[in-house]
Amino acid sequence: MAICTAVVKQLQAIVGRKYVLDSREDLLCYSFDGTFAEFMPDLVVEPGSTEEVSAILKLANEHEIPIIARGMGSGLAAGTVPFGGGIVLPLNRMDAILEIDPLNMTATVEAGVITFDLQTAAECHNLFYPPDPSSIKHSTIGGNIACNAGGPRCLKYGVTGNYVMGVTAVLADGRIIKSGGKTIKNVTGYNFAQLFTGSEGTLGIITEAILKLVSKPHYVRTAVAAFDSLDDASRTVNAVLSAGIVPATMELMDETAIICIEEAMHLGLPVDKEAILIIEADGFDQDGVRHEIEAIARICQDTGASSVQVAKDEAERADLWRARRSVGPSLARRAPNKLGEDISVPRSQIPEAVRRIKEISRRLELPIVVFGHAGDGNLHPNILFDQRDPDQWDRVQRAVTEIFAAAVDLGGTLSGEHGVGTLKLPYLESDVGRISIEVQQLIKRALDPKGILNPGKALPLMEPSSHD
Amino acid sequence: MVVESPKPFPNMEVPTEDEYLYCIRCGACLYTCPTYRETVRETDSPRGRIFLARKLLDGSEEITPNLIEQMYRCLACGACNVACAVGNKPADIALQLRWLAQQVEPAGWKEVVFHKTLTRPGLMEAGTVPLRLYQLLGFRTVANALRITSLLPRQLRDMERQLPGIPARTARSQIAEVTPAMGEHRARVGFFLGCAQNLLFTEGSKATVRVLARNGNQVITPRSAQCCGMPAIGYGDWDALRAFARHNIELFEKLDVDFIVTDCATCGSSLKEYGHYLAGDPVWAERAADFSARVKDISEYLSSLELVKPAGRIKARVTYHDPCHLVRAQEVRDQPRQLLQMIEGLELVEMNEADWCCGSAGTQIITHYETSMGVLDKKMANVAATEPDYVASGCPGCQMQLTLGCKRSGIQADIVHPVQLLDRAYQDEQD
Repeated sequence: MAICTAVVKQLQAIVGRKYVLDSREDLLCYSFDGTFAEFMPDLVVEPGSTEEVSAILKLANEHEIPIIARGMGSGLAAGTVPFGGGIVLPLNRMDAILEIDPLNMTATVEAGVITFDLQTAAECHNLFYPPDPSSIKHSTIGGNIACNAGGPRCLKYGVTGNYVMGVTAVLADGRIIKSGGKTIKNVTGYNFAQLFTGSEGTLGIITEAILKLVSKPHYVRTAVAAFDSLDDASRTVNAVLSAGIVPATMELMDETAIICIEEAMHLGLPVDKEAILIIEADGFDQDGVRHEIEAIARICQDTGASSVQVAKDEAERADLWRARRSVGPSLARRAPNKLGEDISVPRSQIPEAVRRIKEISRRLELPIVVFGHAGDGNLHPNILFDQRDPDQWDRVQRAVTEIFAAAVDLGGTLSGEHGVGTLKLPYLESDVGRISIEVQQLIKRALDPKGILNPGKALPLMEPSSHD
Repeated sequence: MVVESPKPFPNMEVPTEDEYLYCIRCGACLYTCPTYRETVRETDSPRGRIFLARKLLDGSEEITPNLIEQMYRCLACGACNVACAVGNKPADIALQLRWLAQQVEPAGWKEVVFHKTLTRPGLMEAGTVPLRLYQLLGFRTVANALRITSLLPRQLRDMERQLPGIPARTARSQIAEVTPAMGEHRARVGFFLGCAQNLLFTEGSKATVRVLARNGNQVITPRSAQCCGMPAIGYGDWDALRAFARHNIELFEKLDVDFIVTDCATCGSSLKEYGHYLAGDPVWAERAADFSARVKDISEYLSSLELVKPAGRIKARVTYHDPCHLVRAQEVRDQPRQLLQMIEGLELVEMNEADWCCGSAGTQIITHYETSMGVLDKKMANVAATEPDYVASGCPGCQMQLTLGCKRSGIQADIVHPVQLLDRAYQDEQD
C-alpha cells in the first residue's frame, strides 16, 4: 500500500518534517528486527510525545493504515517486521526517565528508555529494577512491556510484567488511556496495565509506564559449575531448588555455546565440558550470600560437577555476564543464520526437555545449541543454518515444530519471553487452544476495530468487524 | 545446495561475504554507536549500515548517493567492531563501501587533495597563512568538493573555534632531521611527523622528540614523509592511500630505524594497517608488513622503555580522552595513562566513557555538523564532571574537537598531548 501525499503532509505537521522518513535507505533499515525476516514499511514516523502518538493514530485509524510500534528492534519473533507495509513507529525519541520515586519505590519512564539506562538510574538511588533480558542495552522499556520480557534474574525476581504498576497507552483511535499508578494495591476496574503487558503492540501503543523498583541487594556472588554431562547439569537445577535455595539466576550453556563464547571473548571457560551452569546468589547479608553460594557449590559437586569456581571480583563477574549475554550472537560464528527459540517448561521437566531437543538435533542433522534460563524452565534452543539452502530451511521448520510439540507435551509453552510475533503464529493454537484465540480476537476487536495495530502479529488475523 | 547471489561489482574491491553475511541483527552494536545514540535512528546504526551494505552487495539494491551517504555518516570510531560478538566489523564495512563508491564513480576533488596536495608537504607548508592545513585541506576544499555551498553561520563559527593558535612555523622546520640521544643510546627511531602535528600542533611534536631523546633515543625525522593516508581512507580513495604507503615505506626503509614512532593516533592507526592494505600486492606486501610491525604510538613506545623518572612536578587535575584511533584501532589504552601517572603532583581523574568518540572523525564538523556537535556535547558533559585543568589526548583531531568542546561548554581547561605534560615535567627539572 502507498500512503497518500495528503496523509504524509499531515504526519509531517504532527511530528515535524525531519521525523517522517521515506527514503529507500531509511525504509530498508526499518524492514527488519532481531530475526532474519524482512518486509519494507511504507513510512517511518518518529513521535516525540504521547500527544503526537495520539494524533498519528487518529489519522492512521481514519485511513486504515497499519501502525507497527518499535523499540530497538531486537525482538526475536518478527513481531515488529512490518509485513503488509504501513507505518513503523519507533518510540526511541521518547526516552526520558521522568521520575525515580525513592519513597514509593517506583520509576516513571517514557517507552523509549533503554532498559539498562533505567537500571543505572535506579541504582543511583540504591534501588533495583531486576528484569534483565540479554538485550538489556538494546531493548526499551516499551518493548520489554509489550513482549513481557524476561531474563536470567526472573528465577528469583519475576518477569517484566511483575514490575508494571501502570501504563499510559494510546488506543487505535487515538484516545489516551491511563491505567494503574503508584499504589501497591489497586482493584478498581480491570487491570489494563497487565492487559497491555505482552500484547506486542496489537492493543495499543504504550507510551509511558510506572514501574516497581525493589531494594538493591548489597552482596552478589557468582559461580560457574562445569559438567562432563549435559544431563547432570540440567538435573542440578532441580537439586538446587529442591534443597530450598532460590538463587537469583541459574543459567545453562551447552558445549557449543561455551566454545562459541570462548572464541568470541577468551575468558578461559572450559571448552572441553558438555555444559556449564552460571549460578548467582544475592542478598543483603554478606554471610548469608556466602553460605548460599557454598551450599550451591556442594550440591553441584554432588550432582557431578567436575569443577565449581566462584568469581573472585566484580570484574570477573561482569565478564561472565557479558559472556552470557553474548551467547546468542556468538553462535552466528558458526552459520549465516540462526533461529533462537524460547520454550518454557515446568522446571522439573528441564532435563527431559534438554534430552528431547538434543534428540531432535541428531535426528534432523541440524546443530541445535541449548542454553538459557534453566532455573526458571525457560530454554533457548538455537538452530544454526544457512537460509539460502532450501533443504536446510525445510529441516529447520520441522525442528521448530517438533521442539514446540515437545514443550507442550511436557506441560510447557512455545514462548517464555520472546513472544508470539509472526514466527510462532502457526503453532499458537496447538498451545493455547481455539477458544483462547477467539477470546483474544474479541478483545483485539474491542480495542482496535479496524485492526490497524501491528496486524497479523501475536494472534491470527480475523475477518473484518461487522460493526464498521 | 546453496543459492549463489549475484555479484554486482565485478573486478572491484568489495567486502567478502564473510564480512557482512553473518550479521544476525541482534542489535548489540546499537548502544555503542555514537551516531545511533545521537539520532536514535536505525539508519544511523552499525546494524543499519551493514544491512544496507549486504543489500547492495548481494545485488538487491542499487548503489545510490543516499546509500553511500549513510556510510559517510559513520564516525568510524570502531566501537561496533569491538561490541560485535559475531566478529563483524560494521565500521570497516562502511569505510570499504566508500572505496567501492570511489571505484564506481571517481570523485575529481580527491585527485586534487590526495594526489596533488597531500603528496607534497612543501606545497602544504607554502599555503600557510593563516589557516594552513585547515584552510588547505579542511573546510574550504572539502566543502567545495562536497558541494556544500551554504555552511550555517554557527557552523562556520565553530570551525574557527576548533582551531588551536596557529603556530608561526611548522614543526618540520623546527625539529632537526637528526636529534641525538641523551645518555645511554637505546634505539634509533624514525619519527613520523603527521600533517596536523606538523602544521597545527607543533609544540606537541617538539615535546615528543625531546622526550624520546631524553630517554636515549636517536630520533630521525625525515623531511619528505607524506600523508599517512587516513584522510584518503576516510574518503574512500584506497589508490591514494596505497601511493602514500609505498612512498612512506620506501622512505623509512632507507633510514634503517628500529622503530617508527608517531605522536598522532590517527597516523599510527593508518601506518599499522599498511600491511593490510598492501597484502594483495606481490611487490609490497612483505615490505608493508615489516613497516607496520615497526610502528608504535609514542605512548606505546615510551611505556615499553624504562623511562627516566621526571623530577619536575605538575600540580594539576588531568582527565584523559581515549582517541578512537588509539584505543580501538591500536588497542592502546593503559600506556598514555601510565605516562601521565609518572608525573609527581598530577592527579589523573577518569571521566565516564573516556573511550566514547568525541565526534570529530576528521571532517564531520563540515559534513555532518549536527550529529558531530551532539556527540561532542555528550563527551563534554563527561569531561566537565571531572573538573580538569587539562584534557589530555594524543590525537590532533580529538584535540581540535575538544578545544571547541571546551569553548561550547564553557570549560576552562587546556587541551594537551599527554607527552607534552611529561615533557614539561622533564623541562622543570632542568630549571
